[in-house]
Amino acid sequence: MDLRILNEFRSIVGNGGLICSPEELHTYECDGLTNFRVLPRAVLLPSSTAQVQSIVRLCHRERIPFVARGSGTGLSGGALPVANGIVLSLARMNRIREVDIPNARVVVEPGVINLDVTGRVQSQDYFYAPDPSSQSVCSIGGNVAENAGGAHCLKYGFTTTHVLGLEVVLPDGSLVHLGGKTLDTPGYDLVGVFVGSEGTLGVATKIILRIVKRPECVRALLAAFPTTNEAGAAVSGIIAAGMLPAAIEMMDKLAIQAAEAAVHANYPDCGGLLLVELDGPLGEVEALMTQVDEICRSNGAWEIRVAQSEAERALVWKGRKAAFAAVGRISPNYIVQDGVIPRTALPQVMGEIARLSRENGLRVANVFHAGDGNLHPLVLYDRRIHGQEDAALALSFKILEVCIAAGGSITGEHGVGEEKKCMMSKMFAEPDLATMQRVRCAFDPLQLSNPTKVFPTPRLCGEKPGEYLPHPVESAGLAERS
Amino acid sequence: MTPISATLQNNLRAVLSADQIRPASPADSICGVQPQFLIEPATEQQLATALRLADESQLAVIPRGGASKLGWGNAPSRADLLLSTARLSRIVEHAWGDLTVTVEAGCTIETLQQTLAEHGQRLAIDPLWPEKATVGGVLSSNDSGALRLRFGALRDLIIGVTIALADGTLASSGGKVVKNVAGYDLPKLVTGALGTLGVITRAVFRLHPLPRHSRSFTISVSNPREAQQIILAIQDSKLAHVALQSQFSAEALPVIDILFEGTEAGLDAQASQLRGFCKSAKSSLAQVHPEPRTVTNAKASSSPSPWNAREDLWSFSNPAENAIAKISVLPADLARTVELIRTVAEPSRVNWKLLLYATGLGWLRGEGPAGNLHRALTTLRAELEKMGGSLAVLHRPANMQAFDAWGSPGDSLPLLKAVKTRLDPWSTLNPGRFVGGI
Repeated sequence: MDLRILNEFRSIVGNGGLICSPEELHTYECDGLTNFRVLPRAVLLPSSTAQVQSIVRLCHRERIPFVARGSGTGLSGGALPVANGIVLSLARMNRIREVDIPNARVVVEPGVINLDVTGRVQSQDYFYAPDPSSQSVCSIGGNVAENAGGAHCLKYGFTTTHVLGLEVVLPDGSLVHLGGKTLDTPGYDLVGVFVGSEGTLGVATKIILRIVKRPECVRALLAAFPTTNEAGAAVSGIIAAGMLPAAIEMMDKLAIQAAEAAVHANYPDCGGLLLVELDGPLGEVEALMTQVDEICRSNGAWEIRVAQSEAERALVWKGRKAAFAAVGRISPNYIVQDGVIPRTALPQVMGEIARLSRENGLRVANVFHAGDGNLHPLVLYDRRIHGQEDAALALSFKILEVCIAAGGSITGEHGVGEEKKCMMSKMFAEPDLATMQRVRCAFDPLQLSNPTKVFPTPRLCGEKPGEYLPHPVESAGLAERS
Repeated sequence: MTPISATLQNNLRAVLSADQIRPASPADSICGVQPQFLIEPATEQQLATALRLADESQLAVIPRGGASKLGWGNAPSRADLLLSTARLSRIVEHAWGDLTVTVEAGCTIETLQQTLAEHGQRLAIDPLWPEKATVGGVLSSNDSGALRLRFGALRDLIIGVTIALADGTLASSGGKVVKNVAGYDLPKLVTGALGTLGVITRAVFRLHPLPRHSRSFTISVSNPREAQQIILAIQDSKLAHVALQSQFSAEALPVIDILFEGTEAGLDAQASQLRGFCKSAKSSLAQVHPEPRTVTNAKASSSPSPWNAREDLWSFSNPAENAIAKISVLPADLARTVELIRTVAEPSRVNWKLLLYATGLGWLRGEGPAGNLHRALTTLRAELEKMGGSLAVLHRPANMQAFDAWGSPGDSLPLLKAVKTRLDPWSTLNPGRFVGGI
């Protein structure tokens, strides 16, 4: 990137908004997935939509790829820079623009931290429902890109359920407004397409969120089972009884040991731990909690604790929320994977994971959002042992193949990013991916917005897979493709 | 109209059996536009191939489910081939343990709900005319009712889709699991696209358990301000209602309807809280027994129920003097919206009835001479758009002068057109029917 362009960038964001010295750029060379690293040519820190537009227009004119970045907590390498490209950090666009309690809407800039949305509305007894484990640091813009989930999306839905409108700078620098504060605005649901598109369709500069009234009461129950199979059977029992808990989380023996070592959550030492949270009107929750208790006992739970106070509930969650980091206590290195299976396939998939673990001589700890079948297998390894990192990576992908074979998905909330794009062709057929690619080309014909992510082999827009076959109308000379 | 050549007819007949293709009758016309043939593919592959053949011949294809909402949207600019999904109606898999269902597009909502109910489950939507409406049609028209408040719109319930693109590509996206962020969310893209991007051939939905018990109440209020006050207070409360709507008209006093689902004990507690509300607001509360038709079972009694109010709007005798529009406003603009409708309708001598959900979505019927309806709708749309809302016309008198069904998509129109062009470059599917002439 020549000096002329750097100077042009500088004229947009000022000296303080441009980072281009190699030592400072290292901060941005990766996101939460640290085994991929690329140094960007520059990092820009715009503070307004107009600045984002100017930057993107310049990128468009000069054909410079750009990667938008929130807090950099992503776990699939979605914010990994592109060589010869720039990083657009939205950290300075962190204002809450509007709080509208009667309509339960909050309008934010992309750099606003997830938990700060709840912080702004909790005095009125509202909250922002999506709660990824990183919610105290991750940004709403990043949540939108990844369609972030969390433990409570079983009942409340994902980021996409809570985004009503977007202001987006398209990859040619033009500004569009998708959706709005009201529902069902005329046109295609492009908000639905944009959320979860991992930064490949443009840059969101304003986000209209829906907030939720806090339920009257919340109760959490902890149940200890001999193995995850019995715990899984209890989950099926709860669902079959027609209940929709706010969250159902499960941990296996290794994950429990790690959590105990790290935060002393005082979890029972067992083979499968279930955490069930119910919320709603008091009478309703109490009636259902009794039933959950019975279902757990009849499926072999030997210890059940119900958190009676908010403090007890926080303690119950403490071990679960710390689980990923806690694994660092029992292993020097580990890979966090993110697969999804139909809930009923749980015992079979757990068996497969155990078999793969044995065959590969690597330990796997399991933490799941059991209610929606979202598994987070943690593959433990030691980087210092030659070949073990590759073996661990290979094992984590084999687990994803097991998920696909069970009718599931390669990612429930972390995104495809850089890490799993090679798995996309195992989950989707060529026509499926080609169709998604067509949508991408409608937004970004030059493929400048996070160009190397999500899809296995980036194709140019207009290029068709396989042999090119002219449309009969073209052959007849009646029309030509634009 | 492009005449369907003998060659193309032969090609279609090579894909379809003799009883799957027939000349279209006048009853098959769409907003007065007469197609030439009707085809009824029985497999996704047949459908995709037939679509490709039509696309190659630059025919206009109109997808059709139960035809219950075929008049929604603008009249097609061209219509050659009606593509019916009637034979593509299998329930492929009800994975009840996983609370999901995979179903082909032509299955009616009623049939689907009956099958799901065998395992105590439902697709938590209450669309219009479930006995006729199909999965594909309900998705394409984004038709949801009162239950949307609690369970979300179709976009929130669909987790996977297979579509046939105009060029014959069969593409799937999403999957069979509720939580899934792999690839673009195309199920949402085609929901509400009125069949202009591709023909939905199958969908996967997340399901909800049927309620153990449900109870609904009607609250009588004296004016729209009071209605707004109570509705916002209920929304701001800890009540866990699943539906909340208000009804207004030129003549009658407003009423509010609220629905609860849950355990008997839970319902008793909620009912008493609601009574407290009404007492402090000095409004009268009455329990009503009929429940939404698709909540408990599809064959519920036909006795008058507030939850049939949306369907009831269509029970007019003279289609030439009635218009029905879907409006969208902010929930806290309820009273302002009702006043606006009153001020627009009365000088035009248009009689009106409005059903407004607590989500801010509403259904408005106007009755009067076509010219007056046109004037009223034009003014109303302009005013609602100024408030950040919208108005889409679903039914209008055949003799009413041209009126765009959708209203303005704002600055997103070029992007909407780009998406359309990438997926259906020759405008084969439902040409001219959607927003901005798409």
